[in-house]
Amino acid sequence: MSDTTETKQVLPDGWEMVIGLEVHVELATKTKLFCGCANHFGDEPNTNICPTCLGLPGSLPVPNEQAIHFAMVLGRALGCSVEPGIFARKNYFYPDMPKDYQTTQYEEPTNEHGAITLPDGRVIAIERAHIEEDTGKSTHLGGGGRIHDATATLVDYNRAGVPLVEVVSGPEMRTADEARAYVAELRDILLATGVSDARMEEGSMRVDANVSVRPTGSDELRTRCEIKNINSLRSLGRAINYEARRHVDLWTNNDQPTQETRHWDEEGGRTTSGRSKEDAEDYRYFACPDLPPLVPTAETIADIDSSMPALPAARRAALAEAAGVAEADTLLAIERGLDGLACETIAAGGDATAVMKHVDQNLAEGQGKLTSASFAALVSMEADGALSSTQVKTVLAELVANGGDPAAIAASMGFEAMDTGELDGLLDQLIADNPDEWGRFLEGDNKVQGFFVGQIMKATQGKADGKVVNQLMRQRAQD
Amino acid sequence: MSGEISRDEVAHVASLARLSITDDELTTFTDQLCVVLETAAQLNALDLDDVEPMAQPYPLANVLRVDEIVPSLDRDEVLAQAPAAEDGRFRVPPALGEAP
Repeated sequence: MSDTTETKQVLPDGWEMVIGLEVHVELATKTKLFCGCANHFGDEPNTNICPTCLGLPGSLPVPNEQAIHFAMVLGRALGCSVEPGIFARKNYFYPDMPKDYQTTQYEEPTNEHGAITLPDGRVIAIERAHIEEDTGKSTHLGGGGRIHDATATLVDYNRAGVPLVEVVSGPEMRTADEARAYVAELRDILLATGVSDARMEEGSMRVDANVSVRPTGSDELRTRCEIKNINSLRSLGRAINYEARRHVDLWTNNDQPTQETRHWDEEGGRTTSGRSKEDAEDYRYFACPDLPPLVPTAETIADIDSSMPALPAARRAALAEAAGVAEADTLLAIERGLDGLACETIAAGGDATAVMKHVDQNLAEGQGKLTSASFAALVSMEADGALSSTQVKTVLAELVANGGDPAAIAASMGFEAMDTGELDGLLDQLIADNPDEWGRFLEGDNKVQGFFVGQIMKATQGKADGKVVNQLMRQRAQD
Repeated sequence: MSGEISRDEVAHVASLARLSITDDELTTFTDQLCVVLETAAQLNALDLDDVEPMAQPYPLANVLRVDEIVPSLDRDEVLAQAPAAEDGRFRVPPALGEAP
């Protein structure tokens, strides 16, 4: 099955998707939401459990101030109003929740009414971002791991009680790519604020997609299905496209989807019904009598706002302005955390095009010991023709690893630009030594070009500029 | 709101709470719940527009703890009290369907 792209039409003419996302984010605290057990992924099963997260009689929950702080930081980063929040009990029986209720926020969530601005400028509304506890992890035995045929279920409660924020978008996305851009943007916001490590593959960011379809341009909301078990951005796109096509097929065959939870099957490339329990939606929420309300003061919110780091949208705008490029062309620099360096290097006189080229092609995550001053100096040397592009890459790598002065590094590596006369002499010698290869080149066999460039590189220990060698060869051929 | 609740509603709530009750008990509980709901209905009849909703009777807010790890329980000791365990995990009858 192909990946999702805007260029390929997913639905027949006349249909559009309506997508809303619920993203569960695990907060990067040391301990769980209501007890002092470690919040740590990958530990031996049931080693981080206590009477509170096991729901034993007589235990009492006390909220973790860091978790509440992170939740409010995320709320403000998403442009939400941070309001007094009340914890509620969501009652249901399932072995992953030993108390037989999940503590969450229902009618009075901490964060409401925010928005995420995508790199293309579209604004997606956030309805709420409420605080809740995670559930334990179930493993189904027998039946090849399939729930329905299992002979027993094993439960690990290390994750039960880990602090989560559930970020709920409005039903405002219209394509799978838009949904992926939304999740990528949310992930970047989480990383920028340090609220979560946002690793989809470890489950610290989990995405459920609500999908329905409707005639293009209509504003109705038809029956939706909620898709779970999506473990990557790629799966998100595939699952949404599959589900939307399934809905269109049903509607166009005088049928209709049933509102239900569906499971994404990565291998089969399809969604399957989660066998909804008939009373699954009857949670009988009520305010948790054990937990007093969370009431943020104006001072708390002002403190959060004043220490908010630069968020991805602002960073994109700043780099796009500095480099004179579209915001869409700044994404890699932002992802690699190199946007600040790029802006400073351009401000220090580095050519914007060259700086962006190196950031996108020759640098990885993090700048290491590379400074804006040394970066700008290197870019100037390259522009003056003092270094070949291969040599620039080598010096750049050295600057990242150990820092220093690019001119001194180039000199110590013996990188002085070779003059053309010296290269001419080398090329003459090579042609004399390899007449057959030269003959093939003259006949138009461009593959042997690489042979000559390679030989010259070898002879000069990489000092020659490949582009100049190519030029010299073409000149000879024309003479 | 009236104080009435049907036998069917009581049976539904009992099944949500995983309680099995007899027909006689259903009658008893339906009568009792009607009385409880009638009492609540008296509150509903009051004009409370100017009264803040109260989620809790205590005048408390923001009762929080510091994010510091406290030692957890000994796993073997905990699992020894469970009806069944396997591989360091609680073993339970097969779960039906997805988690909510």
